[in-house]
Amino acid sequence: MGAIDIVKTAYIKQLMSTNLREDGRGFNDSRDIKITTGILQNAEGSAQVDIGSTRVLAGVKLDLGEPMEDTPNEGTVAMSADLLPLASADFEMGPPSPEAIELARVVDRGIRAGKCVDMASLFLEEGKAWNVFVDIYVLNYDGNLFDASEIAAMSALLNTKVPEYVDGKVVREKRIKALKIDNIVTSVTVANVADKILIDPTGGEEEAADARLTIATDGKYVRAMQKGLGGSFTQKEILDAAEAALNRHGALKQMIEKTR
Amino acid sequence: MASKANKPELIVNGKRLDGRDFNQLRPIKIEANVLKNATGSAYLEWGNNKVLAAVYGPVEAQPKHMADPSKAIIKCRYSMAPFSSLSEHNRSGPNRRATEISKVTKEVFEKVLMLNEFPGSQINIFIEILQSDGGTRAAGITAASVALASSGLHMRDLVYAVSVGKIGEHLVLDLDMIEDNYSDSDMPMAISPRNGEVLLLQMDGEYTKDELERAFKMAADAGKEIGNVQRNALKSIYENIDSKYKGE
Repeated sequence: MGAIDIVKTAYIKQLMSTNLREDGRGFNDSRDIKITTGILQNAEGSAQVDIGSTRVLAGVKLDLGEPMEDTPNEGTVAMSADLLPLASADFEMGPPSPEAIELARVVDRGIRAGKCVDMASLFLEEGKAWNVFVDIYVLNYDGNLFDASEIAAMSALLNTKVPEYVDGKVVREKRIKALKIDNIVTSVTVANVADKILIDPTGGEEEAADARLTIATDGKYVRAMQKGLGGSFTQKEILDAAEAALNRHGALKQMIEKTR
Repeated sequence: MASKANKPELIVNGKRLDGRDFNQLRPIKIEANVLKNATGSAYLEWGNNKVLAAVYGPVEAQPKHMADPSKAIIKCRYSMAPFSSLSEHNRSGPNRRATEISKVTKEVFEKVLMLNEFPGSQINIFIEILQSDGGTRAAGITAASVALASSGLHMRDLVYAVSVGKIGEHLVLDLDMIEDNYSDSDMPMAISPRNGEVLLLQMDGEYTKDELERAFKMAADAGKEIGNVQRNALKSIYENIDSKYKGE
């Protein structure tokens, strides 16, 4: 942590003790979310999500591949995340950091557990199926990458058009059919800063946070959870966050569906 | 966590495949201080899982720019041996799954260890899964906790970890590999038994809020049993100390 971070962290914690946040939000208020889909033409699907000044881009590619051995009648979905060096002075070049791997895996678990992508619809013929790649590109970091990435991945999948498959060949110029999506999962991330729980943490708040908790739901079930950072949560705090995530799902889902 | 073909019947006549009740742990054995070179270590058997955990340090933080002038940093490596699983040979070295588990395991111990006692230094936690049968991250954390305690580093609590899964409508404690492969949900947790705070929480599948509440209760109950095994492992270092010295 650099000198500026130390000063900023102390400032954020001091604000918290008087029940204030650096951008004036209430503890349960999220920043404005903006979703833009279809911004890339070569990708089969794409979406950019802005939460405050956090900006995440998700691109979807479909490649002709093989089903997995244990699911011979289904395609596959693989998720990756890159914390690009251009997104923050703290992101470094090199192989994926544990933070990037965690981000991709948590987003993947929510969408997989929610059975969002109809895996059987990705099957083409004996030994042939679509391999779907969802790549999350973090373009600007100001906290809460988990929720931004979950929305971006979900929106990009909803935006995806499947290439034509004719005589064993992929015709990418012809993309008409939408990818079959059966369920929509969204997440809500909270942070524990100075023993207070706040929703949608900024980058500064994450730096000051003891612990972070992401809860992905489809409105009915909690589909995935992940605690991060060194601190802890009480069981009540976890259940409250789960309730907040379940309650917030409807509005987020509507936002995602509107921009597909 | 997958609805794969040939899914076996996981619950028959109210019992699980290995005969356990829904809220029953597999047998757990822990031995502390098993590696001579390490500052602290533990060997754990949890059902068919076999896990070695070792702690080295505090040592000077490396590389130097990673050092924190206010406290020690933790480095953690969770790793599965290439021969650890019943299926094919694993490639050695950390994969994405192991990288994530290493990260969340490190984060468990950041609040537990008194890191402020060793500014500028580093504490290494190594977890090697020699044989895996589901629930290895929980087994690794439970073993590492004993390894840390046996190292003499000051700790706020003796943390344990366990997972609660869901098979059909049933909540089940401590999934083994077959259950893990075919269950509907899994939720590994690490808990500080002193105050019930949750230090690791991961989950995928489907839980209602009510089920989460019941799962927390099951994990808390299991914690009493796991904690006893952990404490007994630490006690027995000293119980047999007399014969150990006389014998050598």
